[in-house]
Amino acid sequence: MIDFTSLIVAPPELTRHAAALLVLGPLVASCAAALSPNGRWAWIISFLASAFSFWMALALTGEVAREGVIVYAMGGFEPPYGISFRIDWLGAMFALLLSSMAMIAAAYSGYSLNAEILEGKRTLFQAGFLLCLAGLLGMTSTGDAFNAFVFLEISSIGTYALIGVGASRDRRALPAAFNYLILGTVGATFYVIGVGFLYAAAGTLNMADLASRLPALEESRAAEAGFAFIMVGLGLKAAMFPLHGWLPSAYAHAPSLMNVFLSATATKAAVYLMVRFAFDVFPPDSIIVERFMIWVMAPLAGVAAIVCSTQAIFQTELRRILAFSSVAQVGYMMLAIAVASGAGIAAGLLHLTAHALMKAALFMAIGGVTLSVTGLRLSDFNGAGRTAPWTMTPFAIASFSLLGVPLTMGFLTKWRLIEAMLGDAYYWAVAVIAISSILSLFYVGRMLEVLFFQPAQTGKNRIREAPLGALIPLWVLTVATIWFGIDGRMVEYIADSAATAVLGGVE
Amino acid sequence: MSSFVGYANYFAVIILMMGGLYVIFSTSNLIKRMIGLSILQTSVGLFYITTSKVFGGTVPILIDEDDPARAELASRLDPAYFESAAYDGVVYSNPLPHVLILTAIVVGVATLAVGLAIAVRVREAYGTVEREEIERKDRIRHAHESYEDELDETEASEADA
Repeated sequence: MIDFTSLIVAPPELTRHAAALLVLGPLVASCAAALSPNGRWAWIISFLASAFSFWMALALTGEVAREGVIVYAMGGFEPPYGISFRIDWLGAMFALLLSSMAMIAAAYSGYSLNAEILEGKRTLFQAGFLLCLAGLLGMTSTGDAFNAFVFLEISSIGTYALIGVGASRDRRALPAAFNYLILGTVGATFYVIGVGFLYAAAGTLNMADLASRLPALEESRAAEAGFAFIMVGLGLKAAMFPLHGWLPSAYAHAPSLMNVFLSATATKAAVYLMVRFAFDVFPPDSIIVERFMIWVMAPLAGVAAIVCSTQAIFQTELRRILAFSSVAQVGYMMLAIAVASGAGIAAGLLHLTAHALMKAALFMAIGGVTLSVTGLRLSDFNGAGRTAPWTMTPFAIASFSLLGVPLTMGFLTKWRLIEAMLGDAYYWAVAVIAISSILSLFYVGRMLEVLFFQPAQTGKNRIREAPLGALIPLWVLTVATIWFGIDGRMVEYIADSAATAVLGGVE
Repeated sequence: MSSFVGYANYFAVIILMMGGLYVIFSTSNLIKRMIGLSILQTSVGLFYITTSKVFGGTVPILIDEDDPARAELASRLDPAYFESAAYDGVVYSNPLPHVLILTAIVVGVATLAVGLAIAVRVREAYGTVEREEIERKDRIRHAHESYEDELDETEASEADA
């Protein structure tokens, strides 16, 4: 068990500005990557920049453990007049999650881009990747509601372009990227409308300031309308059922690197903002938040968990199965968050972390064999586990985590989910999780049957192992999934602290 | 009637917003969908600007107490407003929403550029920018792929025989 209060990883000069450097690192590196002479240089820059962000995130975590909340005034303008970065345990948790996943994805990108992207485009691809990372980190660390919109759009614009690049393998990536662009922008626009309503009602954009003024505006129709717009807008970005229409195509046709990175981070950052607004900015016991959680979020999340698991069973393309499973898993998180107690939010955040690890591993394993697999359908991967065991064993372990088999992180988080729901007497939600888990047994079983029990393909169709550059990050994720499944105290501690911080309690 | 005039801008915002959303979801032409998106974003700009407008308000540049312009500006204001607001002097418009929406416009232009660039690539790959046409072409291609697979399988079984 790490004692976070003694965590000092960076010199004090850097630690003091860690909140800004966290975002600035990838942002500046993105320009450097765009100007670098070839793809290899861009890859090194990309890896170093995301490692730098991870370093800063660790430094921030230590600071948060010591001081509780870090407020960093941008340009020295004191909040609430200037834009501030405000990082509490929830922000530190997401900074750690996003930057560590980005570091692993960047390590993987060296292999992945060589396999899928033309040499001339690799530098720009890495630039887009870093821009996307900077946007996501900014979203989760800013303390200003409008600033969050700008970062949301920075990350989204990078994402749209990078999904479209998948067209070199599969031209359906283009309509998918376009569709995501339309819906994503509608979502972001709704978010801005909501922020406008809040500004009109409360007269401030600073989240902490909003939080102190909103309880007095309990009856304000403008604040309520603002809440509704913000939740619908962020729900679109987080692929909350039934606003998830863009996700399956976008995941199924994007380049492998984007599959890995998007599934681990993009929807998570939107979930972060939803939690931040519903429980921190708005008082969690206000009527509008309570009703939204009980009558909108919980039912929709339950429907998502069951309907999308069922849809996943009937998909023919491997990536599409995993994409539908992602929507179902977002349903699990939302269901736990809708319970709206400290235990529920902690369980939701914990499941979010577990899902990031396992979905990234699943997509990484599939991306690892793209050099030798020509098609996209499930049957194209026949017997992959026989000829490429080092690549497909992590796939199997991550699938077990998806099911919630003991000794994987998925078991721990599902246990916590059910514990939280029983604690708040959400018995129907427990039933939903149980049914959805049984349904996921069907699609996971189908994938594993094809990968491990079908006869291996031979000759020119033989599926080969992924190179070492892809295997190392893949196994890092797999070991993490098992490690946290056996000893999850560290992540549990972070998730519990994050839930406490967001509900405004003192530890 | 007066309330309608007072809220005229908000009605315009609602009409533009709904019009934009309708265009986005009703048409299958990718370029027209981008136009709808721009209309939606414009409506948000109008919304922000409207909230910042103060009747009789002036540009937010601080005017000195003894400046003659101050008295002249104050005389233009509605005295009833002063009584309700318990304030006399100069009223300034709020500049912040203008700045915010300037940022939002820049973001909107960037989105528009990326969207149109993707539309160009769609047109290169599919030869059309109609969504229905694109979906039809994808369906045909998929049917074709599975047909080719069947051919491969029959050839293989024939070779075995």
